[in-house]
Amino acid sequence: MIEIENVRKSFGPLEVLKGINLTVAKGEVLTVIGGSGSGKSTLLTCINGLEPIDSGRILVDGIEVHARTTDLNKLRQKIGIVFQQWNAFPHLTVLENVMLAQVKVLKRSKAEAEAEAVRQLNHVGLGDKLKVYPSKLSGGQQQRMAIARALAMSPDYMLLDEVTSALDPQLVGEVLDTLRMLASEGMTMICVTHEMKFAREVSDRVAFFHKGVMAEIAPPEELFGAPKDPELQKFLAATH
Amino acid sequence: MFDTALTTNDLIFLAKGAGMTLIVTAISVFFGTILGIIFGVIRYQIGPWWAAPLTFVLDIFRSIPLLIQLVLANAFVTTVLGFRVSGFAVACGVLSLYTAAYCAEIVRGGIEAVPQTLRRAARSLGMTWGQDMTSIVLPLATRVALPSWIGLALGVMKDSALVYIVQVVELLKSTQILITRLQEPLFLLMICGLFYFLISFPIARFGSYLEKRWSND
Ligand SMILES: Nc1ncnc2c1ncn2[C@@H]1O[C@H](COP(=O)(O)OP(=O)(O)OP(=O)(O)O)[C@@H](O)[C@H]1O
Ligand SMILES: [Mg+2]
Repeated sequence: MIEIENVRKSFGPLEVLKGINLTVAKGEVLTVIGGSGSGKSTLLTCINGLEPIDSGRILVDGIEVHARTTDLNKLRQKIGIVFQQWNAFPHLTVLENVMLAQVKVLKRSKAEAEAEAVRQLNHVGLGDKLKVYPSKLSGGQQQRMAIARALAMSPDYMLLDEVTSALDPQLVGEVLDTLRMLASEGMTMICVTHEMKFAREVSDRVAFFHKGVMAEIAPPEELFGAPKDPELQKFLAATH
Repeated sequence: MFDTALTTNDLIFLAKGAGMTLIVTAISVFFGTILGIIFGVIRYQIGPWWAAPLTFVLDIFRSIPLLIQLVLANAFVTTVLGFRVSGFAVACGVLSLYTAAYCAEIVRGGIEAVPQTLRRAARSLGMTWGQDMTSIVLPLATRVALPSWIGLALGVMKDSALVYIVQVVELLKSTQILITRLQEPLFLLMICGLFYFLISFPIARFGSYLEKRWSND
């Protein structure tokens, strides 16, 4: 379970998260939508402790992320995160990309790591690209590789930050299919996305962020069908 | 072909000078690079503000002509501190710091060229700072920094000619000694240049070899 309690976060004078309260249960798929600069990415990077927070707290399975005593490297093993772009380590092959952290962090043997990497890469449909360098992959393939790399760590949570927004339209589908598959397998996920159709389809709940505030959160039928927040209404009108 | 007074012994004398150039360069580049990596990482890690004193000291080494550094360091160590050290040691010490000063900049630039997002990706996978540094930053920064580093190594080799001022007889000094004796400056300088070339060429080739090998990814 991820519990976010009254989290505030500023970059200098700019308050990016203005008291966020949110709980994501095991197995839940939450999608986060909202305008540019509303604090969606920042929230994800706070959840795995890449960014410090100013007040409030975030608990992952009861462990306070920003507590001084928390071993962040250990906690991050539970939380897979895939960013918008620039995810692939360019000096490693696809296979090595997926093996690296398994060997370094989980201390798996090379053979174990390779077997798991191959399994995950097959899972996302990259089984034939093992020895290829990322520069030879399309953007969609790179994103799927990043997803496989995160999954190979056997995380309990996946945080996905607009993993399709840097892609050409024809590549979006393949990545979304991968995410749908994950959702159907019961992975706990927080997906920041601009794909409204996708959000409607896979989410248990959808959260709308506006200027650092979570203005509305509801199951997709409700949030898209009968939006209450005026900013959300504007946002949805603009994206249709 | 040439009517020259150059004997085999003279050639050996020159080769010894070349050997000295090579040794001084190798030692200085080796220690200078290690120090440069340490300084470069520190500079990057603590940010420009806190690193200002270090940057200032390194700037001194970069901006004062090497000849002056050698003379002053020699005087300082032997006269002021009263140590009995050889010119060779002073030469290696000064050249190492000189190399380190340049190398620190190259290292910092190399590290800065590694996209922050890649480092976040590494840390997100649970990798520690050290694992990120060795598995991601080091290999990627090396690729960026290699051409400048090769340039630095070759530059240091040529600059090492100045260590004659602290009584180290390296290649150029050996050549000068022979020129004074044999009065055949052009011929001797050609041979001297050939020696420099023989030392530099493998380094330059090795650099392009690595660049080529890395360009597949
Ligand atoms: N490291 C940083 N330093 C300073 N400001 C930052 C930093 N990261 C984000 N910001 C600012 O914080 C605000 C929120 O950024 P964030 O990336 O969380 O928005 P977002 O909702 O993900 O937007 P987008 O849809 O464009 O990705 C933005 O105004 C951004 O400029
Ligand atoms: Mg974002």
